[in-house]
Amino acid sequence: MKRLLKGGRVVDPAGGRDGAFDVLIEDGRIARVGRDLPAGDAVVLPVPAGCIVCPGLIDMHVHLREPGQEHKETVATGAAAAVAGGFTAVACMPNTTPVNDNAGVTAYMRQKAAEAGLARVYPIGAVSKGSAGEELADIGELHAAGCVAISDDGRPVATALLMRRALEYAEMFGMPVIDHCEDPSLKGEGVAHEGYHASLLGLRGIPNASEEIIVHRDIVLAGLTGAAFHVAHMSARGSLDAVRYGKARGVRVTCEVTPHHFVLTDEALARPVPYDTNVKMNPPLCEAEDRDAMLQGIADGTIDAIATDHAPHHADEKNVEFDRAPFGIVGLETAVPLVFDRLVHPGHITLRRMVELLSTNPARILRVPGGTLAEGAPADITILAPDLTVSVAAARLRSKSRNTPFDGWRLRGGVAATIVGGRTVWVNDGMAALGA
Amino acid sequence: MSERDAGRGGAAAGAEPAAGASRLRSKDLLGIAELTADEIRLVLDTAEAMKEIGERPIKKVPTLRGRTVVNLFFEPSTRTRTSFEVAEKRLSADSLNITVAGSSVVKGETLADTALNLEAMAPDLIVLRHPSSGASHLLARICRAGVINAGDGMHEHPTQALLDALTIRERKGRIAGLTVVIVGDLLHSRVLRSNVRLLTALGADVRVAAPATLMPPGIERFGVRALTSIDAAVDGADVIMMLRIQRERMHGGFLPSLREYFTVFGLTAERLRLAAPDVIVMHPGPMNRGVEIASDVADGPHSVILHQVANGVAVRMAVLYLLAGGVDHEATA
Repeated sequence: MKRLLKGGRVVDPAGGRDGAFDVLIEDGRIARVGRDLPAGDAVVLPVPAGCIVCPGLIDMHVHLREPGQEHKETVATGAAAAVAGGFTAVACMPNTTPVNDNAGVTAYMRQKAAEAGLARVYPIGAVSKGSAGEELADIGELHAAGCVAISDDGRPVATALLMRRALEYAEMFGMPVIDHCEDPSLKGEGVAHEGYHASLLGLRGIPNASEEIIVHRDIVLAGLTGAAFHVAHMSARGSLDAVRYGKARGVRVTCEVTPHHFVLTDEALARPVPYDTNVKMNPPLCEAEDRDAMLQGIADGTIDAIATDHAPHHADEKNVEFDRAPFGIVGLETAVPLVFDRLVHPGHITLRRMVELLSTNPARILRVPGGTLAEGAPADITILAPDLTVSVAAARLRSKSRNTPFDGWRLRGGVAATIVGGRTVWVNDGMAALGA
Repeated sequence: MSERDAGRGGAAAGAEPAAGASRLRSKDLLGIAELTADEIRLVLDTAEAMKEIGERPIKKVPTLRGRTVVNLFFEPSTRTRTSFEVAEKRLSADSLNITVAGSSVVKGETLADTALNLEAMAPDLIVLRHPSSGASHLLARICRAGVINAGDGMHEHPTQALLDALTIRERKGRIAGLTVVIVGDLLHSRVLRSNVRLLTALGADVRVAAPATLMPPGIERFGVRALTSIDAAVDGADVIMMLRIQRERMHGGFLPSLREYFTVFGLTAERLRLAAPDVIVMHPGPMNRGVEIASDVADGPHSVILHQVANGVAVRMAVLYLLAGGVDHEATA
């Protein structure tokens, strides 16, 4: 079956395309991209005026909670949230119960994703058995089962030696090591960014140095081993400096930043709702100087990817005292509106850069298919609506959890439709023609 | 919720007209941060009137008859709980003490559930002491009853700051323009945070002193002068407040030893001589003699520590009265 996306503006940095092109899909793959392609026997999907056709967005950092924490999220509900947010693929972290440290858990996740039939789900395996920070997990078997990277996310790779071994070992399989960079002794019992706002509210602080020290450590080790290291959810300006230093010296380091870290600051601890547990995440929201540094890094190319760190938690778990609440917020369904409203429309980045951050680069870092509209590539396509007004409503999220600090926000820019393997898996209300 | 929160979180000082407040705007007292300078003065003035009740042979008035006050304590506290209880009895409120040992939290009931259960008994006020900063905000969002924060984690202890202010005002006749010094474990102290807010709102010149390891990050934005020398801090001071040093701070690596703390930061008679001749010495209790304060200073002529305790009852009566039985309380008419 053939389908023809007609009349949109194609933005595909990998293929060097930006302009009015049609995209012909055949048997789930990109068959042709060209100007004024004849419809022939293809079903024509008219792209609404002003919309952007780009390679499918990839969120390289999500928590899908299955197996073991299905009250927060399942692979199916997470995949539904992903496609509603414009993501055709997600990479899910291994801190499930049990931990994804063996091929059986990986296979289970992939099976659940296949049953859901929405977004592609790429599991990330554990660095260490049980993510306990002692012995390496069966990394080769994880790779064979379909893992695309390794990480002990939720915690840092425990020691410099373990990180060194993980980098060396994973490199044999072409997988990066993704580290949740945090020094546990400096973090202590911290629950918020160490600074004025946490001090005023009496919340135990986590200093930026907790992240920066491990980013520095890992960059040194990536230099030592020649292997690929990726910084998860970078938040501190000193970490960004470290990444610049590493890149300048040819170290294979890449990094991601979350929408909440380029939109919010630690002032959100106090306002509008004091002690709102939906602004509790790890790493914490930092100061305006850190937020501004992230904006700068996104604009100048130091930051490779935007990832959500989608971390669903049940309402009961969040409706507690601030220091007892779990860290994390959902992000899949608010990322694109936040990127448009806070990065593209204010002029920090171009549309081309947006697509690099959300598609081209995540595909390159994880070495997964997608991130391109090249002929023969899987027809994973996101159609963006830059001028769509989005009213975020936590109660209407597809995710099983509602823990977002953006409830009630009105943002300019959204998703018109999400196409995975040539099939429209999500279409915005009022753009039904794209679902044909 | 947003409507109720709209009035909160702003700076305390100067938001209200000079005419003075006649009532509190909120149903809750969560912190000094939520009070205007005029509201602070209203509580202090009301407390002065309440003091007279405590001097009568029969120390009881019917003001809060038929009102229910729950004292919900998640932390051990003798002084604050007793003080609230005495205040409630003097105002004829029906009071109920619930002391939740730390282990009950492990049993699984959340604060939100505890609140809903209490709410079913329709109390007028809940007095909450809790180890988590912000716990009283959570309770106030859930409950229709007014919430009085009797100390939440490292955040605020508003009635302590109010009784301290009442004590200072009685002794000095004013707060504006005084040099007030606060010394001790600033990092973990809710008494510090409430006092800084109150004293700066009323125009005092506030200095704080602590070892660098116990100094809250960002304190320079609190509107105070932060020092690491007690000698420099107490120089010319009108009021010195000493905060308690908790023994468990040694384990966190904040301090080498209690003995060294006394050597470097303890308030001795010698250091007291650096202060103004009529300096007053305060302590929220319970004191560690020989750790943060020498016994001869604690018991000496400059000490007003026991007056603070007496004023605690009056201030808590004032807060209970203003929140549950005060003027213009149409909801219970």
